[in-house]
Amino acid sequence: MTTVVQAQRLEKIYRTGDVDVPAVRGVDFAINAGAFVAFVGPSGSGKTTLLNMIGCLDKPSAGTLRVLDTDIATLDRSAAADFRGANLGFIFQDFNLIPVLTAYENIEYPLLMVQDWPADKRRARVTELLAAVGMADQADKRPDQLSGGQKQRAAVARALATQPKLVLADEPTANLDHDTAYRILELMKKMRDEFGTTFIFSTHDPKIMGAAEMTFTLEDGRLVNGGGKDA
Amino acid sequence: MLKILKLATRNLARYGRRTLLTAGLIILGIVAVLVFVSVSGSFKSLIVGQITDSMIGHLQVHRKGYVASIDNLPLNLNMKPAAVDKVEQALKGMGDVVASSPRLKLGAMFSNFTETTNIRLNGVIPEREAATVPLLPERLVQGNAANGLVERGKILIPEILAKGMKLKVGDTIVLVATNLDGSVNGKTFLVQGVLGDVTGPGGRDGYIHIDDARELLRMTEPEVSEIAIRLKNPARLAQTKMQLEQALSGISNPQGQPALEVHTWEGLSPFANIAHMIDLLDLFIRIMLVGIVLISVMNVMMMAVYERIREIGTIAAIGTPPRRILTLFIFEGLLLGLIGTLIGTAVSLGIVYVLNLWPVHFAFARQIIQLAPSIAAADVVLIGTIVLVVAVLASLQPAWKAARMDPITALRHV
Repeated sequence: MTTVVQAQRLEKIYRTGDVDVPAVRGVDFAINAGAFVAFVGPSGSGKTTLLNMIGCLDKPSAGTLRVLDTDIATLDRSAAADFRGANLGFIFQDFNLIPVLTAYENIEYPLLMVQDWPADKRRARVTELLAAVGMADQADKRPDQLSGGQKQRAAVARALATQPKLVLADEPTANLDHDTAYRILELMKKMRDEFGTTFIFSTHDPKIMGAAEMTFTLEDGRLVNGGGKDA
Repeated sequence: MLKILKLATRNLARYGRRTLLTAGLIILGIVAVLVFVSVSGSFKSLIVGQITDSMIGHLQVHRKGYVASIDNLPLNLNMKPAAVDKVEQALKGMGDVVASSPRLKLGAMFSNFTETTNIRLNGVIPEREAATVPLLPERLVQGNAANGLVERGKILIPEILAKGMKLKVGDTIVLVATNLDGSVNGKTFLVQGVLGDVTGPGGRDGYIHIDDARELLRMTEPEVSEIAIRLKNPARLAQTKMQLEQALSGISNPQGQPALEVHTWEGLSPFANIAHMIDLLDLFIRIMLVGIVLISVMNVMMMAVYERIREIGTIAAIGTPPRRILTLFIFEGLLLGLIGTLIGTAVSLGIVYVLNLWPVHFAFARQIIQLAPSIAAADVVLIGTIVLVVAVLASLQPAWKAARMDPITALRHV
């Protein structure tokens, strides 16, 4: 199995004034391609910091983190943006769809503004994804015309648009009711099965954790349980 | 580029009222500048045209020191025939010169046999004077311009004198002038026409034939006080003046200094200062436009960046290159400038069209001026370019801030 993410003695320390605040303390883990992984733990345990580092949005303070065979510490701002655009997809807790664009255009956005796909290929890909997430009849609606669940479906489709190898989702179900949250996780799993994409998400909701095939539990920046049921 | 432009348009439409207000400010600025430039330009060219085409000409050549004493019309500072010939020869070789007119200027006592007053007179060769100042015959409010302008034994008198002394065309008057040797001589003339007064030097002068003037002054040689010159292209005034000065530099007085002086209409008419003031006002109003566009676009773009921090974080996180984020915000500023320029220009053209349909009249000194404003394409292009460049400059700082934003900080923004 190919390893997509590998962390060794990974640390992240934030400095606030004269005080060092460790957010991640010496974490080791590896995630294989096609996995459906959850980082779980209470608020402030370091889940988001870890996801930010895997997503090349932040850099480690110490240790190494390799994502898709790239040491992310070596990427500068511009290279990190290119790396994210080429390899990663993101799903956010608040959906973060662009309000002036329709569902269709939001899904099309990374193909148009990040990867410069030609029009016919874009159209085919967006149509395929809209159908895959069950949003074909909502394509022309803007985010303010969609329900929370529909927005997150559109966000999942946008994350998958560029056929990324890895999708990162930070608390993707936190703003959804339980049933909708469960359906979104089922959708993400279906997408993993359909497109072979690795999914890593974070959650603090014990009911949602069960949906993951592999869980890493964080407490106070330390990994207290790595591997979960499939570890 | 088109896709960024499309997104920029939607972002502007998102904050419709704010976009309208900002574009409205730019439109107001452009209308103010274009209408002011066209109206002031029309006023300036009208007055300048009247000064150069009905009185002064574009350039004048005098004997050195004449202009300094021009209020006395000194006969001892006239140009001698040899110098006049040299000037005429020099003018013949200059392609920019359309016509020239030698004038003999004098002061005289003017009498209708019951009342007496003073008059400033120009003795002219009628055809050459009419060719050099073509609007002069049009100033006739009574009589006609026979013989090109004025016939031998006749006089064109200013309107103010005609009214004051109750004279009409065909009346006889007498002119008495002091000659160079101090003796006086008198000669009767018939009034051929009455000239409408205009503002500026020479605006209330009378005109007689140059041979009559010489006769009145008992002049033995054909001396000349000044030579007025008309140019093909008045925009080349400074270059032609330099060229003429160079050509006349060989004519020297007994002390070995240049004997002649060349003056532009600007150096002879006080209106040149008003014209410069109008140019200065033009500049100030353009600077105000730059200020309006700079402040309004920068303000709206800074607000746009501040309100869309999370959105900027999202598009940065999903991999939008910083240069594209920069371009997106610059396009938004550019579009604001473009909307303002297009609508502002259209409104200005409309206002100028209306001003031509219903012309504005106003009094300037003793004249009634009718404005005929027009907008030059060069002005539209220049002002449009200024607005667009300033709009881009005003967007640069907010756009740069957006492009450099840290995605994590931006995504955390509430």
